[in-house]
Amino acid sequence: MSDLKELIQNKISKEPYTGNGALQELSRKGIQLFNEQGIPTVKHEEWKYTRISGVLNKDFSYAVDSTAVTTADVDAVRLPGHEAANELVFINGIYHAELSTIRSSADELVILPLSEAAKGEYKSVVENNLGHSAKYHTDGINAMNNAFAYQGLFIAVKKNKAVEHPLYCYYINDARTNSVLSQPRTLIHVGVNAQVFLVEEEITMGTSDSFINRVSEVVVEENANVHIYKIQNEDSHSSCVKTTHVRQLGVSKVSSVTLTLNGGIIRNNLNFILEAPGCESHMYGLYCVKGETHVDNHTIVDNVMPNSFSNELYKGIIDENATGVFNGKIFVRKDAQKTNAYQSNKNVLMSDTASVNTKPQLEIFADDVKCSHGCTVGRLDEEALFYLRARGVGEKAAKALLLHAFAGEILEKIELEPIRGYAEQIISERLGFEF
Amino acid sequence: MSEMLTTLEQTALSEYKYGWVTNIEADEAPPGLNEDIVRFISAKKNEPEWMLEWRLKAFRQWQKMEVPRWPNVTYPDVDFQAIKYYSAPKQKKTLNSLDEVDPELRATFEKLGISLDEQKRLSGVAVDAVIDSVSVATTFKKQLGEMGIIFCSMSEAIKEHPELVQKWLGSVVPVTDNFYSALNSAVFSDGSFCYIPKGVKCPMELSTYFRINAAGTGQFERTLIVAEEGSYVSYLEGCTAPQRDENQLHAAVVEIVALDNAEVKYSTVQNWFPGDKEGKGGVFNFVTKRGICAGVNSKISWTQVETGSAVTWKYPSVILKGDNSVGEFYSVAVTNNRQQADTGTKMLHIGKNTRSRIVSKGISAGYSHNSYRGLVQVGKNAVNARNFSQCDSLLLGDKCGAHTFPYIEVKNSTAQVEHEATTSKIGEDQIFYCNQRGLDTETAVALIINGFAKEVMNQLPMEFAVEAQKLLAISLEGSVG
Repeated sequence: MSDLKELIQNKISKEPYTGNGALQELSRKGIQLFNEQGIPTVKHEEWKYTRISGVLNKDFSYAVDSTAVTTADVDAVRLPGHEAANELVFINGIYHAELSTIRSSADELVILPLSEAAKGEYKSVVENNLGHSAKYHTDGINAMNNAFAYQGLFIAVKKNKAVEHPLYCYYINDARTNSVLSQPRTLIHVGVNAQVFLVEEEITMGTSDSFINRVSEVVVEENANVHIYKIQNEDSHSSCVKTTHVRQLGVSKVSSVTLTLNGGIIRNNLNFILEAPGCESHMYGLYCVKGETHVDNHTIVDNVMPNSFSNELYKGIIDENATGVFNGKIFVRKDAQKTNAYQSNKNVLMSDTASVNTKPQLEIFADDVKCSHGCTVGRLDEEALFYLRARGVGEKAAKALLLHAFAGEILEKIELEPIRGYAEQIISERLGFEF
Repeated sequence: MSEMLTTLEQTALSEYKYGWVTNIEADEAPPGLNEDIVRFISAKKNEPEWMLEWRLKAFRQWQKMEVPRWPNVTYPDVDFQAIKYYSAPKQKKTLNSLDEVDPELRATFEKLGISLDEQKRLSGVAVDAVIDSVSVATTFKKQLGEMGIIFCSMSEAIKEHPELVQKWLGSVVPVTDNFYSALNSAVFSDGSFCYIPKGVKCPMELSTYFRINAAGTGQFERTLIVAEEGSYVSYLEGCTAPQRDENQLHAAVVEIVALDNAEVKYSTVQNWFPGDKEGKGGVFNFVTKRGICAGVNSKISWTQVETGSAVTWKYPSVILKGDNSVGEFYSVAVTNNRQQADTGTKMLHIGKNTRSRIVSKGISAGYSHNSYRGLVQVGKNAVNARNFSQCDSLLLGDKCGAHTFPYIEVKNSTAQVEHEATTSKIGEDQIFYCNQRGLDTETAVALIINGFAKEVMNQLPMEFAVEAQKLLAISLEGSVG
């Protein structure tokens, strides 16, 4: 593990942060915490089921060289609907302006390096929000990203603007020559009455090991409407830890769909901090995994103020030697009376070597609330299968049909047409049956 | 609603009913813990050499272990050197019959409603009473003996049935299992031992009654129940302690072994002193309870009503090793004032077609915190394992907390595991409905709470159910009529 520490320390000494203010403070604290905590082991309650040290114990380089990536390389990985989207390309963790295409006008969408945003008009936004996720993640992984947050990107959606072109973010690791570790960082500010769609995908080029430790913080102002879609479909040598931290500062609506198909170790941290009365949050997830893929979804809903509503539904189809982990936390603080919070996790195990570890957790400090959670682990309903078989549907088709229905409940939550079509297509391919 | 809140807040006024101290002369060890104390306890009890070795092994392990910090409770560190590890009511000679029991002691039990004499014989419950750390009386021994059932104090069992004790003691909860079980293994002073031979259905409820009396003592009792092939026993445990300003430590270990086709039902009504309304004093209840369904078709069922203790930390568990075995856990945990409870269960599915059911009801009032923490684990070979868990929490008042931490780990695709949890308060519409039909708010709350806990109460044996209902009422006095 000392290798990684050395790597981080070398990087820090080579490129010390020269600015000051919020970014410097965050970087300093990040380095300090990382040195104290190191990489979490399975003894860490938050990492009990995910042995992240295993994937980090490799000979990574902290590449900054992005010159090898061409437009043709990016063309190969673009998502459907990209013709009408703003495309933001990150190479090895750093935003690459030349490869990116911004279609929205500057009075709708502002894109700035964090280091610049911290000085100008958005100074207070950066100061008040950057690093807020560290309050919820005190482990070395989050700290490691904080140390380099000054290399991140700031995105602002101006108030009263509904951005027509969705934001497609490609986080590309160029692992064609050697193993790459990267740490993208974004802070997204969605202004009053604004609306935006975010689509995020991690991509590894080449066959060497790749690790992406990404932190995205999203600040949502009053009456804003935000949709966040994540697609994870990589090779087994690509692992990642992704933290999406959403602060809802005014009455607003945010919905998130996370789709996982393939990868090495995939850890998704998704936090919703409902800091205003009357917020609405939806969190959906589908993990349809096989092979040796290990997917871990950790979610937090922190209800700080009264009258909020949150709904969470995560579904898993786990085959072969794959492992699914779910940990959902709902906090209801003392003042958050009249909170309605629902959480559900459903898993289907398809093989005897697949496993699932789930921990839906409630911590409630207010009395006038309605909170419930449920979780199930099982296999496909024998009777439903029999019903289909009795009507002449083959076994494989019958299973696929049932799994389709199971997955469909999540897929239909994707409101962006081309992305939903794409998601349905890759899920159909995975289930091995076209209808 | 405000009316209801005030009645609920009056709960703080309810006092601990069992808080008297009995002036019984006690034979005590000096405070502190070292190898000499372990030897002292062992010598006091005239134990054989193997027992002393076992204790010393546990003690040496304990020294290497650390206090667990993961439970969702906060309490001042326990000073293990300030506790007296042995306190026995002074006895002049071995007792032959109940009539020779210290009259003051008998009065204590009568106050508790545990009469050691005729009344209880009529109700047909065999009682083993443990005061401070020593078993003082066992009733019905003779009648049970005729059926081959052994029901006696642990010290007696060590002397008279060493082969059984040696075979089973520590087989379910190993010496090194956890910090408090290691401590218990080193210093346990007494407890109950129960052995049901092959094919015997125990005709009466067996019962243990625990009471901490002397000041500055800890209670470390050890219970071992072995149910041989095809046998059945229902076992009850109750506890109280006097009201004292300092915290007292109770670290017990209960082990249950159920062999082929055997069934053990273990019910607890725990009412240790919870501390006063400011949270001063009270018992720290750090208990390890575990049963193993070692044989096929065996069944272990835990039922608990937890109303007492300042801090409770216990997870009665079942290891479902035998094929077709069944584990059950029914719990009502009530916390009030400054009480904290972190309680739940573990169901470890190892054998084929094993089933488990968890029903946990938490009621929090005042400033208290009530956590459910449970583990359901389905191993690779546990084909067709089935689990259903339900944990509901009821919050009375806006200063308390309810928490749920269920861990579910499944490694077999044929398993079916379900978990359900809800948290809510008593609905205004429910209260209104009752009010409309002429029930005052207080009675309505009582009615609703009783209904909430009923699923668990129904599992308790008759005489315990009555006591448990009373306890619920006392713990939530002001809100329950």
